[in-house]
Amino acid sequence: MYKIVLAFRYLLKRRITYFAVLAVALCVFIVVVVMTVMTGLVTDFKQKNHSFVGDCVIGTESLVGFPYYEDFVNVLKEADFIESVSAVIKSYAILSPHGRDMNIGVEIMGIDPIRHSQVTGFEKTLYYRRNDASLAFVPNYDPNLLGCVLGIDLAMERDAKSGYPYEAGPAEVAFSITCFPLTAKGALAKAGAGLIDTQTFHYSDISHSGLARVDGSMVYLPFEQAQLLCGMAGPVKRASAVHIKFKPNVKLQEGCEKVSSLWQKFKQERPGKEQADLLATVTVQSWKDYRRAFIAAMEKEQTMMIAMFGFVGITTVFIVFVVFYMIISHKNKDIGVLKSVGASNIDITELFSGFAFLVGLLGACIGLSGGWLFLLKINRIENWLFEHFKFQLWDRTIYAIGDIPNQVDFRVLLIITGSAIAACLLGALVPTWQAAASKPVETLRVNQL
Amino acid sequence: MAGSSIQAGGNFAGEPVMSRDDLILETEGIHKSYRMGATEVKVLKGVNLAVKRGEFLAIVGASGSGKSTLLHILGALDTPDKGIVRFEGRDLSQHSARELNRFRNKMVGFIFQFYHLLDELNVLENVFLPAMASKSVLGWLVCRRRAKNRAKDLLAQLGLLERANHKPYQLSGGERQRVAIGRALMNEPKLLLADEPTGNLDSATGNGILEVFEKLNRVGQSIIMVTHDERIARRAGRIITLADGKIKN
Repeated sequence: MYKIVLAFRYLLKRRITYFAVLAVALCVFIVVVVMTVMTGLVTDFKQKNHSFVGDCVIGTESLVGFPYYEDFVNVLKEADFIESVSAVIKSYAILSPHGRDMNIGVEIMGIDPIRHSQVTGFEKTLYYRRNDASLAFVPNYDPNLLGCVLGIDLAMERDAKSGYPYEAGPAEVAFSITCFPLTAKGALAKAGAGLIDTQTFHYSDISHSGLARVDGSMVYLPFEQAQLLCGMAGPVKRASAVHIKFKPNVKLQEGCEKVSSLWQKFKQERPGKEQADLLATVTVQSWKDYRRAFIAAMEKEQTMMIAMFGFVGITTVFIVFVVFYMIISHKNKDIGVLKSVGASNIDITELFSGFAFLVGLLGACIGLSGGWLFLLKINRIENWLFEHFKFQLWDRTIYAIGDIPNQVDFRVLLIITGSAIAACLLGALVPTWQAAASKPVETLRVNQL
Repeated sequence: MAGSSIQAGGNFAGEPVMSRDDLILETEGIHKSYRMGATEVKVLKGVNLAVKRGEFLAIVGASGSGKSTLLHILGALDTPDKGIVRFEGRDLSQHSARELNRFRNKMVGFIFQFYHLLDELNVLENVFLPAMASKSVLGWLVCRRRAKNRAKDLLAQLGLLERANHKPYQLSGGERQRVAIGRALMNEPKLLLADEPTGNLDSATGNGILEVFEKLNRVGQSIIMVTHDERIARRAGRIITLADGKIKN
């Protein structure tokens, strides 16, 4: 019992203890804030990628595409683990707004908006046709015109505070989209005749996926028009990819393996068929693998952050070590007295470990509370900073985020609290061990001199 | 050996023949040395000592003669390099670490020259500290009231009841030493070990402390007191002198 009483008294009565508590609190505060924001950014980024892609993609990097996709789509539709599928045309094009002397290099994606919305979150990215993806390519100012959906950053410029100047309806703007159609062999399809395919589309909607690269370079076109533009609408029609959504109870890896198995079987059934060699370039990937290049960079950033804060943790351990060394040095007399009244080495260890535990717990509680409060108000604080000093934590012209993520994950808080206490126990380990091992007669004699 | 008679030898010249059962503590050939840099300082060179139950023994000697070292060895705060310490006939070196902790908690009470009260505890808490040290949390909750009453009784006997909630730094030297006596007596130890208990006090206050010792001794408390002051030692029932690491007649 005296160990609990003394541990509390040491905590409350020794001013130097406050420094240890403060060090732990600051460390916990920083880690909570940064981890929450970083984890939020990474999670949000992953969710947006997942929403953009669906669960699984069968596709090729080749601009030529691959044939017999319709047959395979039918195979997939019959599979009991698949919810929906969407064939997609992907290529590059030149976008030329009518009436303006400018050309922009863009990526084009030809989709069936209804099917694609069943597989991905496409419909939710729209602004004007958010509740009816079937009208995505129908300009509301003239339903007879052929529409296209622009990535939001192609259509409008964000202000520094991440706001978009939305208008009541899409402006009546027409674009020429120019492609280089390729044959199944990869040659230019119109060699000698003009080399390019150009078609006029009218601005019908914008898509805000939250992915900077997609929003800044993607133009969505009706599937058939994109297929024509890219030269994939021949007798043997081709597509670039088939996006798949699994049924809710299907695990990602398991679903991808099943799709892969179906694809291998499908491919083996078509040897020697026209353009069948293009099937060899097709791969089956989960959304995570498909977007690995983008996600990995973000994850690496997160890992680096964790490593950096690992060093912060080491610094805390060192501060706690120094503080405990000083405290225990001043408590030699107490240790001698306690041993003279029957305290064992284990009792002394428990006393100072309990003290370290309390320092860690109190520091963690203060840090967590401060961090939680700060996160709660982080967006308000950022707005205030922007309004008064034009300062933003994340420049919205670079980072495709709206509000700063501030959703506290209580598991992370538990881990951070546990780590803070462990850091304190670790920092106090050597001084505590020394205190326990000290001979009472030495401490008492020294104090008598 | 229990029950057999031993003749008080060199250290007990002139003492009557006594039974081992009469002894609370005895030592045989205690040696202790310390290393100071490259040299080894032999502090105790074969100390033989026997202390009877209810005896008030004063050990006198010059500064550095090894009085405190001997007292620490007698109270199992330190171990001899050679020799035997028997408490109630049992060799302390045969005790396990746990038994030694229990021995220090129950059998002996220490009083130090500089009181060594814990600054974070108040007077009452300092007094019942030994009772708290011997109990688990649950055990303490069960016997807390009894222990507190015992501590209050002791403080009342020592004239400090009204100071029970004061912190040690709010007390005078004499009061602090009386608190230390209370702490030493808390678990009703069989032997009190006092190391220069008046060494840090003025003569009037020191006299008060010695009166407490005398009072305790009168009701049967065994006391060993270390002092360098012969006048203070004369208040004890028996005086032995430690010189050159040995007991002198």
